[in-house]
Amino acid sequence: MTWKQVFTSSVGKKLVMGLTGISLVLFLIVHAGINACIFADLVNPEENGEMFNKAAHFMGSTVLIRIMEIGLFAGIILHIAQGYLLTLENQKRRSVGYAVTYKDGSKWYSRSMGLLGTLILIFLILHLYHFWVSARFTGKGLEEEITYNGVVMHNMFGLMKATFTEWWIVVVYALGCISLAYHLAHGFQSAFKTLGVHNKRYNIMLISIGYGYSIIIAALFILMPVSFIMGWIG
Amino acid sequence: MEHTHLNLTVKVWRQKNNQSKGQFESYPVKNISTEMSFLEMIDVLNEELIVDGKEPIAFDHDCREGICGMCSMYINGKPHGPWQANTTCQLHMRAFKDGDTVVVEPWRAAAFPVIKDLMVDRSAFDRIVQAGGYVSVNTGNAVDGNSLPINKDKADASFAAAMCIGCGACVAACKNSSAMLFLSAKVSHLALLPQGEPERHSRVLNMVAQMDKEGFGACTNTGACEATCPKEISISNIARLNQEYLTASLVADK
Repeated sequence: MTWKQVFTSSVGKKLVMGLTGISLVLFLIVHAGINACIFADLVNPEENGEMFNKAAHFMGSTVLIRIMEIGLFAGIILHIAQGYLLTLENQKRRSVGYAVTYKDGSKWYSRSMGLLGTLILIFLILHLYHFWVSARFTGKGLEEEITYNGVVMHNMFGLMKATFTEWWIVVVYALGCISLAYHLAHGFQSAFKTLGVHNKRYNIMLISIGYGYSIIIAALFILMPVSFIMGWIG
Repeated sequence: MEHTHLNLTVKVWRQKNNQSKGQFESYPVKNISTEMSFLEMIDVLNEELIVDGKEPIAFDHDCREGICGMCSMYINGKPHGPWQANTTCQLHMRAFKDGDTVVVEPWRAAAFPVIKDLMVDRSAFDRIVQAGGYVSVNTGNAVDGNSLPINKDKADASFAAAMCIGCGACVAACKNSSAMLFLSAKVSHLALLPQGEPERHSRVLNMVAQMDKEGFGACTNTGACEATCPKEISISNIARLNQEYLTASLVADK
């Protein structure tokens, strides 16, 4: 039993999906938490994104976080590549399809993880282009820097405000987040089952947490572009 | 329930052998009693086909009392037909209405090649069991078995898993043609009992390896298998299988 055999078996491949999935679930908590700092503007109108800009600067300038970022990208790439490989492989396991397909026994989103994942990927590319590529490489939209207590940093709040001025972008972001919610609604609980959690008490707990997590994360993210375009903040 | 008679159209998959392509054929069946089982309805249709000089429909069946796992028809988009926790032989014609068209297909999976018409080769399941679904250590006689202390909940869970009749409905229902529910039932059944303990690790590793070799898909926890299983094998067995596999691969010697 080599490690290669373990991770290329049908159970092992799922394990890779589950472990990378859970790491992405944890990442989303951090991502949503940092970004939610923009809502400080709701409480203090003079804020103008200060708390968010400082938080974003901390994430971008801390060595440990930058190392974790490499792990994050590795996790995302592994999750996507393995997801597509598994989807294609599984499809090949039924060469002749059914005339009438069986739909009652499972939820549509549990059967559509590949499709939902693809929608999220399309959204992710646009999203990375808007923010990550600008902040790391091109500096597009970030020409004017901002200074707090003598520390010069990117005005990411300003970039968000400038990005979410067109309705089509807000709609694409909302659709991306809805796809994410359904992907998580199945993925969250499925990941723990793949890791072997089968005790009834934990299962019930994880299913509830999974649904709650999916809805809260997606709602929080949708609220961000909506708040900008509606002029509630910024 | 009122006893009536039905006239139906049966649209059934006909395939000469595992090399030929196969297609659907529609047959009218008349005056079918609602008290007949689905297989008896097919029997009536076959009698008529024979009288007409046509080839009867080949299908698997044996005990006709819901315990052997031989019958394997995918009826109107669900393995074993519309009823819950039910095998095709125990499906009665009262499940249908007069004038219905009933679509009957074989189990569809690359690992279950069609032999003829509705018959598929399920020997892959036998080979998975041969890979480790047994106890080869001396477990003594019945008295020894009774003297072993076993937690009642575990005994019940083991028995519930042992209910699996290996019909393959889980594979037929799964969008990935995964045999994970079947395998997990076989692994759980023995892993929960002290008699299964000595070979616990080698069993799960060998059985998963054989399942992959047979060409079944991987599990994505959709739950379709559990929903269609005639013996209501719980999907939590799959999570137990995952745990067994993970533990076994972590502590494996080689």
